[in-house]
Amino acid sequence: MSAQIVTITSGKGGVGKTTAIASLGIALASRGQKVVCIDGDIGLRNLDVIMGLENRIVYDIVDVVEGRCRLRQAMIRDKRMPELFLIPAAQTRDKTALSPSDMLRLGDELREVCDWVLIDSPAGIERGFKNSIAPADRVLVLTNPEISAVRDADRVIGILESEEKGSPSLILNRVNSEMVKRQEMLSPEDVLDLLAIDLIGVVPEDQGVLVAANRGMPIALEENSKAGQAFRNIAARLMGEDIPFMDLDSSDGLWKRISKLTGRS
Amino acid sequence: MQTETDLIQIKGLRDGLLITLASGEWRALQDLLFTQIDQRSSFFRGARLALDVGSQVLRVAEMSKLRDELSEREVSLWAVLSESPKTIQTAQLLGLATRISKQRQQVEKTSRPAEKGRDENALWVPRTLRSGTRIEYAGHVVVQGDVNPGAEIVAGGNILVWGRLRGSVHAGASAGEQQASLNSGASVSALDMKPARLQIADQIANLPKKVQVKSPQVIGLKDGEFLVKPWQGK
Repeated sequence: MSAQIVTITSGKGGVGKTTAIASLGIALASRGQKVVCIDGDIGLRNLDVIMGLENRIVYDIVDVVEGRCRLRQAMIRDKRMPELFLIPAAQTRDKTALSPSDMLRLGDELREVCDWVLIDSPAGIERGFKNSIAPADRVLVLTNPEISAVRDADRVIGILESEEKGSPSLILNRVNSEMVKRQEMLSPEDVLDLLAIDLIGVVPEDQGVLVAANRGMPIALEENSKAGQAFRNIAARLMGEDIPFMDLDSSDGLWKRISKLTGRS
Repeated sequence: MQTETDLIQIKGLRDGLLITLASGEWRALQDLLFTQIDQRSSFFRGARLALDVGSQVLRVAEMSKLRDELSEREVSLWAVLSESPKTIQTAQLLGLATRISKQRQQVEKTSRPAEKGRDENALWVPRTLRSGTRIEYAGHVVVQGDVNPGAEIVAGGNILVWGRLRGSVHAGASAGEQQASLNSGASVSALDMKPARLQIADQIANLPKKVQVKSPQVIGLKDGEFLVKPWQGK
């Protein structure tokens, strides 16, 4: 096996990185892939809660790096998906407990045992972010259609480009097509126009995401949720399938225009 | 034979340490630097470091490796000073400072060849400047790409943006602290002019928020007033 390592980052906090990681993990695992999710937010761990695995944690990522346990022992198997694992962050340490080269070593070790490694980067552009992108083969930048979030995403993309990580792909999260229509929210076109990178997914605003997160049930598990469907589509695109963007609002030509913009139909 | 202290000079600054490296083979100098830091690790731990590399030409891979290795030693690299434009560009790409303030207000400039003739030299930037990027140059700056919100350009001469200008620009900026070197004849041109902030010499423009003009424009100063001209090819 030789896993692809994918990091999701955003610059700004609270835009939905952790939710996205949990949902993409579920979506990839339900396609028969073996997936390891890593919580890169040492000191402020959340991914375990979103995945509903917080009471199963024995060892964490810092224990692995500092040699207190084997990699295998820190991989917590998901309750629902036998091929989905979580490596939790340490809650009692901070970002300096790991270095970029620790993450590179860990990434190389994980490459051998699974198909996908998904890394949840902490907000910011400091040590935790540097750690999270160090082993990545591919980086997904996630943003909301808000000016502040888009500016932070722009900064992060600039850093990724200067670190020669290649051009990242964009996930636009929490798009409210009603508000876009009323011109109260940046449209996906506005965001793409500024950031000028490839779009890999547009996730609609969905109150169900919060409810699901509080229950420890990633939204991708919910068959009828549009947000869940959007994450399942992103997972399919990661696997190289050409999936058209969803038509979230048939009365508005918005989604068709996005399709045109990105060359998918 | 040069001694180690000739090759590496360490000086305390108000906001960190300044290490000046002599010229020489980069690998050897780098190793020497790491040895110094390892030997006195308790002194260096947690330090903010400005590194003056002289005329050394450093590429992105080299500089980011240096930064990572320093960060493993718990030393954070925040500035790289150099005489080489290539190295300065690399440092700016990595988001590092390229000059350090000696005292508040007073800014130390590394001497660059461009300063000798500000009329002739231009910095060619063939990419979009994203948020957080800062370009400083004593001559003209030409950007082929957009200048996004949160990006900054400070130029001694003119600024030309072959793309959308939505960040902050300062043309005709003084090279040193001397007001005399302000260049009020400088101009800012862009294909789509929507700067967050625009300054020429010591004048800050008060731009109307909703300018709908999508055609190329040139902005200059005339008798201390801003003059906005649509660009027309003749």
